[in-house]
Amino acid sequence: MLSIRNLHARVSDKPILKGINLEIGTGEIHAIMGPNGSGKSTLSSVLAGRDDYEVTDGEVIYMGQNLLDLEPEERAWAGVFLSFQYPVEIPGVKNIYLLKAAVNAIREHSGLPELRAGEFLKLVREKLKVMQIDESFLHRNVNEGFSGGEKKRNEILQMQLLEPTLALLDETDSGLDVDALRVVGEGINQMRSPERSVLLITHYQRLLDIVKPDFVHVLAHGEIKLSGDHTLAEKLEREGYEGIEAA
Amino acid sequence: MSQQEIDQLVDQDYKYGFVTDIESDTLPPGLNEDVIREISTRKGEPEWLLEWRLEAYTKWLEMTPPEWAHLDYPPIDFQAISYFSAPKQQGDGPKSLDEVDPALIETYNKLGIPLEEQKMLAGVAVDAVFDSVSVVTTFKEKLHEAGVVFCPLSEAVHSHPELVKKFLGSVVPQNDNYYGALNSAVFSDGSFVYIPKGVRCPMELSTYFRINQQNTGQFERTLIVAEEGSYVSYLEGCTAPQRDENQLHAAVVELVAETDAEIKYSTVQNWFAGDDEGKGGIYNFVTKRGECRGDRAKISWTQLETGSAITWKYPSCVLKGADSVGEFYSVAVAGKKQQADTGTKMVHIGPRTRSTIISKGISTARGQNAYRGLVKVLPGAVDARNFTQCDSLLIGDQCGAHTFPYVEAQEPSAQLEHEATTSKVSDDQLFYLRTRGMSEEDALNMVVNGFCKEVFQKLPMEFAVEAEALLGITLEGAVG
Repeated sequence: MLSIRNLHARVSDKPILKGINLEIGTGEIHAIMGPNGSGKSTLSSVLAGRDDYEVTDGEVIYMGQNLLDLEPEERAWAGVFLSFQYPVEIPGVKNIYLLKAAVNAIREHSGLPELRAGEFLKLVREKLKVMQIDESFLHRNVNEGFSGGEKKRNEILQMQLLEPTLALLDETDSGLDVDALRVVGEGINQMRSPERSVLLITHYQRLLDIVKPDFVHVLAHGEIKLSGDHTLAEKLEREGYEGIEAA
Repeated sequence: MSQQEIDQLVDQDYKYGFVTDIESDTLPPGLNEDVIREISTRKGEPEWLLEWRLEAYTKWLEMTPPEWAHLDYPPIDFQAISYFSAPKQQGDGPKSLDEVDPALIETYNKLGIPLEEQKMLAGVAVDAVFDSVSVVTTFKEKLHEAGVVFCPLSEAVHSHPELVKKFLGSVVPQNDNYYGALNSAVFSDGSFVYIPKGVRCPMELSTYFRINQQNTGQFERTLIVAEEGSYVSYLEGCTAPQRDENQLHAAVVELVAETDAEIKYSTVQNWFAGDDEGKGGIYNFVTKRGECRGDRAKISWTQLETGSAITWKYPSCVLKGADSVGEFYSVAVAGKKQQADTGTKMVHIGPRTRSTIISKGISTARGQNAYRGLVKVLPGAVDARNFTQCDSLLIGDQCGAHTFPYVEAQEPSAQLEHEATTSKVSDDQLFYLRTRGMSEEDALNMVVNGFCKEVFQKLPMEFAVEAEALLGITLEGAVG
């Protein structure tokens, strides 16, 4: 589904990604772990199309097309979703308004009719239940005054509504307490499907205890230093990144 | 966003730029006493009104244009402007829509104001001003039953002379300011609204203004009087055809609210803003003021200002009655090379008077947006309160936002609060929304509409929808 080949990217002349190679098959869950500053968030930003980063070499093929040629919204229409590490506040815009606009924007580009208010409300209520979010949440301004946990739940709620083909989850576990972590983890598990691939970016193993990845990769200094199955995550948790960074 | 992208976004042709081909009865350019006499004669006005105009003209001659605003434009040649223009009509004017010039109806249709439908649609009566003379008035029957008077001011001069005489110039005196004085001398037409004691006006009252004749100054004059315990909501919406010459507009709106009366005045203004260099846009110098004369009276101004090359406008409230309330909710957009200097004045005279000011300024391209507000509390306005919030939003890096708040508090028990913010539409916000499938343009609209929400909420429902659409059109092309 996703093929990253020799990807180099920099931000204002500072190289961050230095030749990433990664193959993600349909239905697979891949976890990328690594210390701070290793380029994890840069990777997800480049894949989602943030233009602060300049790709200097390599290519990314997503379902047969060159992903890097697409605008961020075109990537969304094609089924790519990014869960933000730091979701942005949009003052004055109600959460439900954003959710509905997002769902309908993506439906429109998939040739589906717009969901009417009633249909949308029914759908969103279903998902709220899964994410254990109170309905009042819909009428608050997007991410404004949300706690860290609420922001992350809101991201996964959006993923549930948008049903992406490729989900990029950037540090979705950071800032979560144990209960919220479980809810978010279950929310991700519920989205597991043979047609959907997930790239989990995380610091810690604790999310991976709930969402079992098929593959784990270690990113350090802008390169993937090590790959393995989920036992690699456990090893890292025990031994830390030091040995790998030195390698 | 790069500057180039922003330029593309802002670079959009004026949607409503077209000219209706109607024969006009237009006076040659120039202003003197004879011109004023001619205007008065053509309108068949009584002697007292002519005298009133001439008095204003004499005062105007002694005044000079205000120069304190944060605006930059060449001096206006008042002798190059024509001061009267009327669409030709047969007989005494149309009795129904059938008698109205079809070209005129077509104009309104292009503007999206289907009068036929509006007749049927509940709630909105329309008194349309085309150039200087009102030509269509609907819903008269229903309003008549309620005892409400809603007609062109020129008609009210004949049908309700005692009311016009009593209230005209009682809120904005002839010599109030330079442009107000000019308006008093040459005012063309506008609406007259009178709500009798205890009456709640059964529908929203609405007027659409249009400027059509080249070089024709427009000098609308509107007067709204709400007697004790009455209520009225008045909507004003404007668009104008594209023109090469700058067109001067100097309107005066006077509101009078007696004891326990409430007036809600909403405006959506979209006059031609000029091209990217500001050429051809409307100069909009407006005096709007309301007086809460009785206790517990309330006046609210809500406005969306997207058009005009120059906007000079400060809808104000004079709070005389005890416990009276003044409100000002405003969204002002300055793009292209537009300049807006707008805000409000709240004058607290009565005890426990309260006022709220919410001002949202949006600047894009090379637009310059200034908020100018005065909160004045006179001795005796015991426990007066004001809350002011002015927020500025910048899109791009060549535009400007300026805030000039003035406070004159002469009453120690008064409580005044002022909050101000300036923010930029962030790339983070746009990127976030785009990853959710929204185009850059839709993303920008969403952020901007969120910024304006507190003001749009104050607009009547159908007007709020129009306002959002208009804001969308205004910002279209601002992202590429």
